[in-house]
Amino acid sequence: MKSIETKQEYLDYVDKKSPNSPILRNCFNAFWVGGLICSIGQLIFDFCQYKGLDDTMSSTVVSIILIGIAALLTALNIFNKIGKFAGAGSLVPITGFANSIVSPAIEYKSEGYVMGVGGKMFTVAGPVLVFGISTSVIVGIITLFFI
Amino acid sequence: MDFLQSIDWMLLLRCFIVGGLICIVGQILIDKTKLTSARILVIFVTTGVILGAVGIYKYVIDFAGCGATVPLLGFGANLAKGAITEAQTSGLLGAFIGGVKASAGGIAAAIFFGYIASLLAKPKIKKQ
Repeated sequence: MKSIETKQEYLDYVDKKSPNSPILRNCFNAFWVGGLICSIGQLIFDFCQYKGLDDTMSSTVVSIILIGIAALLTALNIFNKIGKFAGAGSLVPITGFANSIVSPAIEYKSEGYVMGVGGKMFTVAGPVLVFGISTSVIVGIITLFFI
Repeated sequence: MDFLQSIDWMLLLRCFIVGGLICIVGQILIDKTKLTSARILVIFVTTGVILGAVGIYKYVIDFAGCGATVPLLGFGANLAKGAITEAQTSGLLGAFIGGVKASAGGIAAAIFFGYIASLLAKPKIKKQ
């Protein structure tokens, strides 16, 4: 093995030795886990429709049930194992939003139930709600000008 | 069973594929950029609001059902849809009420289940 002298050579060396970028495998896992979570949602949706709920109500029921399952799996410490395997597959569906609330809620329990659980709950979900809701208000106001 | 017969299997397949593809976009963002997961969630929800507002996302939902509504894009699109509908019926007040109203179920569920989970679960001990 020839000695490594320049920084560029070192970077090339690291590139060659580090494992092949697992991005394809990551994408594949994200694809099927994400697809599966959506399909479970679709089955719940179909069942709600079968029971006679309308589209809006069915969607809400789907969200609540998936969030409930994600919260349970987070509490049982299973969700982070799925997350490690599936990456965006469990992050991008609504389950990721649920996990982002439940996980810090459990983690910061020791800091108390008000500022610990209640406050830290929104470490990740806070920004999501801030930007999501603010944009929706802007969209609503813009709509007013186009009626 | 009647329920099994009522399932639209083609829709379920489209749901699986579209939902999966949206997750691949997220995975590429994770692998190819240095964005934290919080930023990725923010990007997805905000993009969803915009796609919902310009009316594109409706077609994705028609095509893929929960494959489009379950990812956070759908959460955003739902915020936009609520804000637009409510703004049309009750004006400026509606612009403020609509978005959160449409997604209240999910938000309340996440907060409630989160709090319950924190009461029941023990924080895991961090390995050094």
